[in-house]
Amino acid sequence: MQFALLIYESPVAFAARKNDGVDPYTGAWRAYYKALVDAGIYVGGDPLEVPETGTTVRLTDGKRWVQDGPYADTKEQLGGFTILELPTLDAALDWAARCPAASLGAVEVRPLAPHMKRRVTG
Amino acid sequence: MSESGQENAHRTIERVARESYGRLVAYLASHTRDVAAAEDALSEALVAALRAWPRQGVPQNPEAWLLTAARHSHIDLLRHQRVVFEAEPTLLLLRENSPETRLATEFPDERLKLLFVCAHPAIDPAMHTPLMLQTVLGLDAARIAPAFLLSPKTMGQRLVRAKTKIRDSGIPFEIPQEGELPERLEAVLEAIYAAFGIGWDDMAGTDQRGRDLAEEAIWLSRVLLHLMPSVAEVQGLLALMLHCEARRPARRGPDGRYVPLSEQDPKQWSRPLMEEAERHLAEAFKHGRSGRFQLEAAIQSVHAERAHSRQTNWAAIVLFYEQLIRMAPAFGTRAGYAAAVAELNGPPAGLAVLDAIDPEAVARYQPYWAVRAHLLQRLGKTGEASAAYDRAIGLAEDPAVREFLLQKRG
Repeated sequence: MQFALLIYESPVAFAARKNDGVDPYTGAWRAYYKALVDAGIYVGGDPLEVPETGTTVRLTDGKRWVQDGPYADTKEQLGGFTILELPTLDAALDWAARCPAASLGAVEVRPLAPHMKRRVTG
Repeated sequence: MSESGQENAHRTIERVARESYGRLVAYLASHTRDVAAAEDALSEALVAALRAWPRQGVPQNPEAWLLTAARHSHIDLLRHQRVVFEAEPTLLLLRENSPETRLATEFPDERLKLLFVCAHPAIDPAMHTPLMLQTVLGLDAARIAPAFLLSPKTMGQRLVRAKTKIRDSGIPFEIPQEGELPERLEAVLEAIYAAFGIGWDDMAGTDQRGRDLAEEAIWLSRVLLHLMPSVAEVQGLLALMLHCEARRPARRGPDGRYVPLSEQDPKQWSRPLMEEAERHLAEAFKHGRSGRFQLEAAIQSVHAERAHSRQTNWAAIVLFYEQLIRMAPAFGTRAGYAAAVAELNGPPAGLAVLDAIDPEAVARYQPYWAVRAHLLQRLGKTGEASAAYDRAIGLAEDPAVREFLLQKRG
């Protein structure tokens, strides 16, 4: 089955992005990505721009409410996602624990819902 | 069919439902991860048995009959759900593997996997015990809820949520790999022990809520021992619970009054249970691998010695507590240690142990205050003792314990 690793990053982790990719955090991500590909479990994923670039939209009573910033107001923010093909949650938790963000923020493991996708895409 | 035949059918259904519930649910769910559907299927099979058996007679192999019936409704149930997409191959397997003719007494016992699923780290720890009680023993939410101070409705909802998580999150029906096994087993043992109810040791924390489930917990731990016969801690846990259970008749006076361990009459302790506990503990020690539950059982074993020697070897108890604290420095353990140290070396030494605990952390921990009050009283510090008794009384849940402490406070 497929699992999404939702990468929640701390301000420190986001700040590390300004360091031209020579910082240990980005280095760790490079190695992690390689390990995922080598293990043959990498399906896809992408980092997201920093939370400040987020804009949240809501439609209430037909009126559009646009808010500057990300949806959730938490210290750790969604910074990206990785999708992995793995047999069990235990295996997914093992890979989540190896993720560089696990020690600087948090990684939520969530199964994808292919049945919902089928319902939407037909 | 005669009336006795009917009675016989009902009795058999009750017995099989009791003894085989967990085995059947575990087996059905191990293929699909859908515990709720497995339980529903088994319920339907039991209803079908209630109809069929009094008329046709009890089948030669009731368990196999139920499994066949449950399997059919399980497949039907799953067909109605989305699980069917992913489970189609396993459903076919379920069917192929079970030609009715060959449906023998033998089907794999998957209860161990189910226990590990119930206590999986991805499941809210507060739900480990309720899940086990329901899926392995077949207790309903209304029976489980009071022990966890929840309404049956809330408990039911939480159980449903937990089972949905089991079904959809990818938790494997597997025995954990060797590297993870100790930690995962610990969670299973913890959950069983939680069912037994904390506070069965000497401290005044008798847990009324846990008592109802004590026998169920012992049953669960027998199941676990049957499945993991050579794991020392499993035997340790069973030994611990049997020792505590042996004292059940002595824990209350004829008037319902709480009787602390030190004042219990050992003649009221159950010899067979104590002997069984000792056998398991001796077996556990043979493995030469110490552990938390073996040490707790060893402490209870020393207390049980009083039945023969009429005295308590506090030095031995202190030693076991010291090992236990190195392994798991829980507040309960440290409070018990303080009480034992006080018996061995006097109340000031016991108080020193208590003083080393951060008072903030134990502000709401009743046994700490009960032990503290007791030691202060023995030192003649009446004022401080009263204050500590008040804390302990205020935190007590069991009315009998409250009454006992009120009298002690004077």
